Amino acid sequence: MMIVAMSGALALSACGTDATTAATTTSGAGASGCPTGTLKAEGSSAQKNAIEAAIKSYQSRCSGATVNYAATGSGAGIKQFIAGQVDFGGSDSALKDDEAKSAEATCGSPAWHLPMVTGPVGIAYNLPSVPSLVLNADVAARIFLGQITMWNDPAIAALNAGVTLPATKISVFFRSDESGTTDNFTKYLKAVAGPSWTVDSGKKWNGTVGEGKPQNAGVATAAKGIEGSISYLEWSYITQNKLGLAKVDNGSGPVELTSTSVGKMVESATQKGTGNDLSLTLDYATTVPGAYPINLVTYEVVCSTYKDPAKAKLVTSFLTHFSSDEVQKSLESLGYAPLPATISAKVKAAIAAVG
Amino acid sequence: MTASAAPSALGDPPAPTWADALTVPSRRGDRWFGLASRGAGVSVVALVSLVGVFLVSQAIPALAHDQVDFLTSREWSVGGDAPRFGILEMLWTTTTASVIAMAIAVPIGVCVALFLTEYAPTWLRRTAATLVDLLAAVPSIVYGLWGLVVFRPVVRPVEDWLSTHLGWFPLFAPTGITGGTIMFIGVVLAIMILPIVTAISREVFAQTPTPHKEGALALGATKWEMIRTAVLPFGRPGVVSAAMLALGRALGETIAVTFIVSTLAAGSGWTWSLLSGGETFASRIANNAAEFDSPQKTGAFIAAGLVLFILTFVVNAVARVVIERRKAFTE
Repeated sequence: MMIVAMSGALALSACGTDATTAATTTSGAGASGCPTGTLKAEGSSAQKNAIEAAIKSYQSRCSGATVNYAATGSGAGIKQFIAGQVDFGGSDSALKDDEAKSAEATCGSPAWHLPMVTGPVGIAYNLPSVPSLVLNADVAARIFLGQITMWNDPAIAALNAGVTLPATKISVFFRSDESGTTDNFTKYLKAVAGPSWTVDSGKKWNGTVGEGKPQNAGVATAAKGIEGSISYLEWSYITQNKLGLAKVDNGSGPVELTSTSVGKMVESATQKGTGNDLSLTLDYATTVPGAYPINLVTYEVVCSTYKDPAKAKLVTSFLTHFSSDEVQKSLESLGYAPLPATISAKVKAAIAAVG
Repeated sequence: MTASAAPSALGDPPAPTWADALTVPSRRGDRWFGLASRGAGVSVVALVSLVGVFLVSQAIPALAHDQVDFLTSREWSVGGDAPRFGILEMLWTTTTASVIAMAIAVPIGVCVALFLTEYAPTWLRRTAATLVDLLAAVPSIVYGLWGLVVFRPVVRPVEDWLSTHLGWFPLFAPTGITGGTIMFIGVVLAIMILPIVTAISREVFAQTPTPHKEGALALGATKWEMIRTAVLPFGRPGVVSAAMLALGRALGETIAVTFIVSTLAAGSGWTWSLLSGGETFASRIANNAAEFDSPQKTGAFIAAGLVLFILTFVVNAVARVVIERRKAFTE
């Protein structure tokens, strides 16, 4: 068994360069739907926790299969996928036209985007006297840039009619380490509150006020300790720390962060790719009622037809597991939202079509 | 790489001139012991040199691409093709926090040591000394957690008082930082380095020759005058070296600081205030270690590490000089 797995790993590392050398992998050796071999994948760190959980449950079900995911960032993942160094890539954005062409050349078939993980970011506030708070992108941008400094500022009050806002100073907390959460949140602010969000977006926080803490946990602990704090966090950290979760007004009224509202945002996206290529035009500035806008979809970028059929079987097997309702549902505890039903059905059909 | 350097150094035949002077050739045990201790000494020097070589070799390519002055810039964006990074802010935070720690820990440590050697009843000496030493055995992550959760609310009112009443003074200017201020880091570091200062000072004070002390007392000195004229001058080199050892620990302390510190936003203005946040060299490197995805990025952080290495080296060198000069005065 060991030898089979190892020769599989060797064969797979030759992905996309020479199909004839990659014929030694045996399949169907394990339980039904469980091929053996090793998959190499690389890319987005936004889906790191989700894919690691999926890999763990997959490997405990299919003991003969090994999946290695390196969370080096979307750009690196795409680069490695195009170079044929990995079997699939993880990316937060769709391939650009020239990248898609290079990927097609490597695969010998068009590359497909399969939306797999949705990662919402919540705006957390600490005001015990305010059970429900509404913000929009513009006000959030001005708060996080220190232009709005008090909770009873008229701009906040205008969004929260009937709510008594305390005259508490706003303390901004941000991530001091580079993170996908910061990237996602600042991209949203840049896209929707363009004129108010005057600094760069990116993995590193470029704001001008506030204090930085390491990791989600550090931010959550600090925000929890200071009344009047505001921060942006992965969903699960807000609920676990019992911080207030602000509703976001996307232009069509306030939306709470729930699986449904995140699903609605993903569903409202238009499909950019054709057929089974499910690259989406995800719009931070969506105004669909009930769609939570601060959300990121991570794609698994795969070859539609692999040169090595054994590898195709492995990719199909793993992604079928990853996209299953059971696994998607379990990601909620990690702060991700499950794929909405319509997208999920399309993704499953596309995975089945990978050959 | 460093490990393999040690055995080869050990195997080198000693140069005959000074080896002959130090060892008695006819005694085999002497020769082996001389070789072993010489080997240990050489391997430590080799180890430190190799760490320095590693830091320099990794830092130089990154520094070559730096778009701003490495020593005077406050910027820190290390990704992309045109990285801009400088160490000014880290240098300020690291040194001020360490200076605060020293300002608190050295006087208290010396007083504790004097109490334990000169004032405390014999039964208390050993117990109290053990307890102080125990402080050094507490893992730094525990100091971090304890500092953040328990100790922070204690120091906060003091800082608030300073900023309200002495806010006109630039060092105590009020800022929006609520969590880990430079001053707070300094206080936590002071507690962490206290046992080092105390333990070494105690050892030196205890060795003050009794004739010195009795002489002082016989000339009519009070107890405090005796300590001032006999014990303190005798112990001064030891206290200086204890302080420098402690300073080295404070400069390089990582986990506790990373846990406590409040990072400043990249675009925030410069302030001299000790009530502001910031990052030390060690905390910034530790905090971002997970994102070292390119050699360029890694190199920038290693360059910062190199500065810390040099800073510590300079501090220790200065301490050596001070100790040598004091010795000449006291003996």
